Amino acid sequence: MSGPRPVRTFACPGGPLLLRGAEEVVDGDGEVHVVRRPVVAICRCDTSQRMPWCDGTHRSLPPERRPD
Amino acid sequence: MSGPHRPRLPAPRGPLGELVLPGLLSPAAEGPLPIDNVRDVAAAGPDADDLHLVLWCLHHLHVDGFADVDPAWEWAPSRVAVWGLLADHVEAELRLATAELVEEALAADGPVPDRLFAMVDGFGGASVASYLRKDGTAEQFLELLVHRSAYNLRESDPQALVLPRLTGAAQSALAELLYDEYGAGDPGRHHSGLYARAMTACGLSAAVGDYLRRLPGTTLVVPNTMHVLGLQRRLAPAAMGHFGVFEATSSGPSRLLARAAERLGLPREVFDYYDEHVEADAVHEQLVFRSICGSLADTDPACVPELFFGAAACLVVEDAAGRALLHAWEAGRSSLLDDGDNEQVAV
Ligand code: FES
Ligand SMILES: [Fe+2]
Ligand SMILES: [Fe+2]
Repeated sequence: MSGPRPVRTFACPGGPLLLRGAEEVVDGDGEVHVVRRPVVAICRCDTSQRMPWCDGTHRSLPPERRPD
Repeated sequence: MSGPHRPRLPAPRGPLGELVLPGLLSPAAEGPLPIDNVRDVAAAGPDADDLHLVLWCLHHLHVDGFADVDPAWEWAPSRVAVWGLLADHVEAELRLATAELVEEALAADGPVPDRLFAMVDGFGGASVASYLRKDGTAEQFLELLVHRSAYNLRESDPQALVLPRLTGAAQSALAELLYDEYGAGDPGRHHSGLYARAMTACGLSAAVGDYLRRLPGTTLVVPNTMHVLGLQRRLAPAAMGHFGVFEATSSGPSRLLARAAERLGLPREVFDYYDEHVEADAVHEQLVFRSICGSLADTDPACVPELFFGAAACLVVEDAAGRALLHAWEAGRSSLLDDGDNEQVAV
């Protein structure tokens, strides 16, 4: 077995953070969410209805309320 | 691999079908399709129900084929020629229908991925999902499942055709996305498999092509557009612009459809399919617009108008498909074609 893969991130302008190589995501309350897909999108706008994952809701926000 | 079940070739719906479909019932060695006659009918502007049934069937010879069609037709020169002619016709229609949207996107400022998102967000368009969430009936939801089966039972296959036509970052991003669509190594999460389970749980057939006779041109043009863009190297950037819009118009509507399925008491498998797409397509829209289309635009700025063309094509085609359903339902009719002896679509 090789060691853990490096986790890579990409911040989508105005949208989520793409995460590659992570096995789980721990949210602000310490709850652990298992990663089940090759790339996941973490919500950065706090309006997703399925936190911690992005559900596209950021697109209905006015530009000034979107993440950088 | 596809199972042993193959549909039978459907009956023609107009002059184009009359020219092409009966010929496919003879062995390919027995003679070519009448390409000159097809050219004349295509030039005269064929009816969409007629045209898109023929185009879908011709493409299907590359995929599963038909129980009663000689597999040798797949690469028979006259079949290839007819497909190319009809594909050119569809492309020309799409270019006309999208010219304005493409102009607007080209005139806008900002990075290409942002302009692609802006095109989608500014479009509006018919929302079958909102209708079903609020007012739709279970029968109407099942009709939607039948319409979308023309693509969803073969989800992502047309886009997979583009993979060998990309290189570098764009290719690796498409491969990453397709891996997710095909279940990321878990056959239980394979998207077209999830769709098949949803159909079966509703008592519908999940065999590709079983409902072909009931699908209007406005529905068949959806997968046909993907095939026309996906099978031609020249149109690879357009195929990716198209794919991006397809993904970027999925998360929100999938959330509404998952709720509609719950409200209407449909089998859990229907909810599961749409629920999976809320999260998946919020990732996929970023991957296509940013990692694929963005890379293509960076490597070759000349392909930018093509990215916008494909994107706009998806919007107009999906809008027309959705409007046809809403019109039928508002008039109290079924949105599926009546083929005389329908396999009943009912709960
Ligand atoms: S970043 Fe997409 S919903 Fe928050
Ligand atoms: Fe999918
Ligand atoms: Fe997707």
